[in-house]
Amino acid sequence: MARPAMIHRFAALFAAAALGLAACDGAQQTTGPGPTGGQPTTGPTEGAGGPITFLSSQFGPVEEQEKVRNDVLANFDGEVEFVAFAESAQFQDRLQAEAQAGSGDISVLGALHGDLDPLAADGLLSDLSDVASDLSGLGISDEYLELGKLGTGQQQYIPWIQATYIMVARNEALEYLPDGADINDLTWDQLTEWGANITTATGERKLGFPAGEDGLLHRLFQGHLYPAYTGLVNTAFASADAVTMWTWLKNTWQYVNPQSTTYGFMQEPLQSGEVWVAWDHVARLINALEADPEGFTAFPVPEGPRGRAFMPVLAGLSIPTWAPNPDGGKDLIRFLLQPEQQVATLRSLAFFPVLTGELPGDLPPGVRAEQEAVAAQLGSDNALPALLPVGLGDQNGAYNQVFKDAFQQIVIEGQDPAAALAPLETQLQEVFDTSGAPCWAPDPVSDGACQVGG
Amino acid sequence: MTAEATTTRPARPERQAIPMRRRPRGREWLLGRALTYAAAVLLALFILLPIYLIFISAITPREHAFTYPRSLLPAEVSLNSITFFLNASGVLDSFWRSVQVAFITLVLALLIGAPAGYALARYVFRGRNTYRLMVLSTRAFPIVILAIPLAVTYLRIGLDDTVLGVALMHTALALPFAVLITSSIFVSVPREREEAAQTLGCNPLQAFIRVSLPLALPGLAAAAIFTWVISWNDVFAATILTLRNPTLPAKILTALTQSPIYYQFAAGFVMLVPSLVVIFFIRRYLLGLWGRVVK
Amino acid sequence: MTGEGLGRDTAPSPPAEAARPVARRLGWAPYALLLPSLVFLVLFFATPMFQAFVLGLQDRGGSWSLDSIQRMLADSKFRSAVTTTLAIVVLVLPIQFFLAMSMALVINAKLKGQSLWLYVFALPLGISELAAGIVWVSIFTQSGWLNTILQGLGIIDRQIIWQSAETPWLIILTVVIAESWRATSIIMIILVAGLQSIPHEYLEAAEVYGATTWQKVRRVILPMLRPSLQVAMILRVILAFQVFATVIALGGTGVTVLSAEAVRWANDIDNDHVAAAYAGLILMLSIMATALFLWLLPTREEQYA
Repeated sequence: MARPAMIHRFAALFAAAALGLAACDGAQQTTGPGPTGGQPTTGPTEGAGGPITFLSSQFGPVEEQEKVRNDVLANFDGEVEFVAFAESAQFQDRLQAEAQAGSGDISVLGALHGDLDPLAADGLLSDLSDVASDLSGLGISDEYLELGKLGTGQQQYIPWIQATYIMVARNEALEYLPDGADINDLTWDQLTEWGANITTATGERKLGFPAGEDGLLHRLFQGHLYPAYTGLVNTAFASADAVTMWTWLKNTWQYVNPQSTTYGFMQEPLQSGEVWVAWDHVARLINALEADPEGFTAFPVPEGPRGRAFMPVLAGLSIPTWAPNPDGGKDLIRFLLQPEQQVATLRSLAFFPVLTGELPGDLPPGVRAEQEAVAAQLGSDNALPALLPVGLGDQNGAYNQVFKDAFQQIVIEGQDPAAALAPLETQLQEVFDTSGAPCWAPDPVSDGACQVGG
Repeated sequence: MTAEATTTRPARPERQAIPMRRRPRGREWLLGRALTYAAAVLLALFILLPIYLIFISAITPREHAFTYPRSLLPAEVSLNSITFFLNASGVLDSFWRSVQVAFITLVLALLIGAPAGYALARYVFRGRNTYRLMVLSTRAFPIVILAIPLAVTYLRIGLDDTVLGVALMHTALALPFAVLITSSIFVSVPREREEAAQTLGCNPLQAFIRVSLPLALPGLAAAAIFTWVISWNDVFAATILTLRNPTLPAKILTALTQSPIYYQFAAGFVMLVPSLVVIFFIRRYLLGLWGRVVK
Repeated sequence: MTGEGLGRDTAPSPPAEAARPVARRLGWAPYALLLPSLVFLVLFFATPMFQAFVLGLQDRGGSWSLDSIQRMLADSKFRSAVTTTLAIVVLVLPIQFFLAMSMALVINAKLKGQSLWLYVFALPLGISELAAGIVWVSIFTQSGWLNTILQGLGIIDRQIIWQSAETPWLIILTVVIAESWRATSIIMIILVAGLQSIPHEYLEAAEVYGATTWQKVRRVILPMLRPSLQVAMILRVILAFQVFATVIALGGTGVTVLSAEAVRWANDIDNDHVAAAYAGLILMLSIMATALFLWLLPTREEQYA
């Protein structure tokens, strides 16, 4: 296993996956006039000294926080106060409270592409073009840097880390794989069959999805099932293909552990054996793979009729306009993009680097297992990357809610898919009308607000 | 009902202290005692068993955190999860902060609430009932919704992320209880003595301080503890109002809800400990309120 | 403790005549005593509450409309949130009343080691919703303590899934148990205080007439406890409408309650207007429940009014 080469390939493929979005952002750019008022302000001048408050939407769990402090930030020359919330709502509340007041503690903001987008739209992020040029030698993916401009002329954020979603199975589940199925090239239908085989053999429902309060189940629909079955996401929300997909899920649910509605991170039910086969975010599966590399197998997400759809996740670093210590913040951003810190983040936290260059190779077995699955997923012939929502601003939650409601009504309450989807489609359109967000890949790029009817 | 109608005033505290000694102690009495003990044991089990289970969960070594069936008597004990939790950056700080917040809340809520409770107990005045209902209705509004506008205000006036800011919010949460509880305490303190003191030349304040306050003190202590508990247990307001300086529950909510289950168990147990300790130390005080019935 | 109803109109504390001279002499005194608390509540409660109400009666554009309320009513989770909330309140109150009353009677029976019993019963006083949620998840989760114990006793032969969205009533039951565990102490303490203030003469008189324990409870203790009960029940019902950490911990997305919906709209969906509408509904229901208790458990003065 040539690991450095693997990382390289991974990052390159990953960046390629994001190209579609970069292109549509480019198209937007012609309509939007350059800088959106995000003038770099000095804020209350405390000078470059003083502690740097680093608010992150990632790494909220206390274990991860400790790893960030001890493994990633420890060598930084300066005092950093790392603040992260386990609940994204708290992150948003805090951020919005400071944004509304126009003052606060945050000097560096680490957040998902989709979280930063509305802030940039409100002109709340400082221009980081100087930092971007300082870092040009490191080989940060160009496509990601372009994404970091968020459709403006300025560098709104510096790409920081990336991740995606994969599947993990307990090894005792492998013997129940359907005949002739290749675990690295499954279809969603084969997953159902697999689950059925396990239920027949054990009498228990052993597939698992993170459908709990903290779970990321909505990403399964937005980034995996919808594109895999319809080739699209929003524009096919209530299409016949979508009905096929929901019918599939409804049918499959009889092999899914019904306690799934309380699962946040699938690594735990996998470890306890409540679940044998699960889908989740790489960072939410890593503990199982790390605790027992021999006991689990990581593999790519299954494919549907329209391809093997999956969702790349990109997080960036930015400096809010009200930052009390913007210079210290820039130092911290430069520090976090250095290869040592990028690799440290991968090793300890299972978030992958955004650098395209060679990276040191000696990875823990769990991370290596994930990396191989991710690479297989990206490298598959019919790979279909579907990006996180863009441009929804404060409608992000309402957008996710539409998908969660669809799941609740169709799968949990057992409503007819077509009947349930029709009113939800209206709600989805409302989300786009309110936010004005155009469609994003894999939907065809739209002028103006996305039209869900296609 | 007749029994009720024959008296118009509350029992005097000193009377409560007289133990009942003239009970017939026949077989029936013994049976009653036995049943009472059985009920006590069952109720105690209901309270204690979950605490024991979370304790076991917290000291189970991480490797065994996911084994099933769990063992009620752990073969192996590990303080890893608990020490990890306690050593996690900021946990001790936030613990100390919680203590400070709870203390300020307690003082403020009593300073502001006790006079109002006294007024409700001792005076007949217009708007008394309106005030009562208003005080109660404030508590019927979900805290989270209140905390959001308050967070914005705090940022504007510089109270965000401070111990005082959280304590003020907690005081608002605890105040209705402080008012109602102190009011019922003052009602049970006989008014006649205060009035007697007034006829002997004390002004109302002196009468209150010399006569009613000493009698009400144990009750006030219990009210204070109740206030402390409200502050200590608040998660949601504190989460929204703090960032770098969270209280302990806020710290736990922000850091632990998505952490591996063994850390959650450790945190759950650690959060129980102050309650175990504090309630232990105040139980005498609580009993004082009820007339020292225990020997 | 006697005679303290909440919401009485004439509301004289026991001997009304005694109060009057004081009141006449110092007409301003009660208002002066109330003032600090009023100022405080206006600043920290009424103002944000008013802001929230305004939110609830506006649409997202900031103009006045009933749009947010309509959205709440049309929300797919609205009905189940209402029924689950009411189910929890309706189940939790009698169970807690029964447990608290039993605890209070046990304390009042002056068993050996009484302070120890009191200590044990009062323990959950200091336990937060969050900690209680964690405790009961460790019990009810599929590979948790309850299944361990039941399987160990041979009562079940495979794990029962208590927290399945497919059996919401089971989840509600787990929430009710967790809430009863966590929040009974408060009621117990108020009831013990009430019990202690019942003059012994009454109980002794009852004994002289040969009353059984049950008759004593029914005829003497319960009627005399009414004011304490009223306070305890009103406090409890108000808080029961706001239960949500235990619900989320035990139910995940399987069940929902009104306060969880308020939080979901405020935080996840980022629509403070609908969240405020939910908050208003919770307030309304709490007030209705309070009125119900005032009516069901009238104190003496109210009965004679």
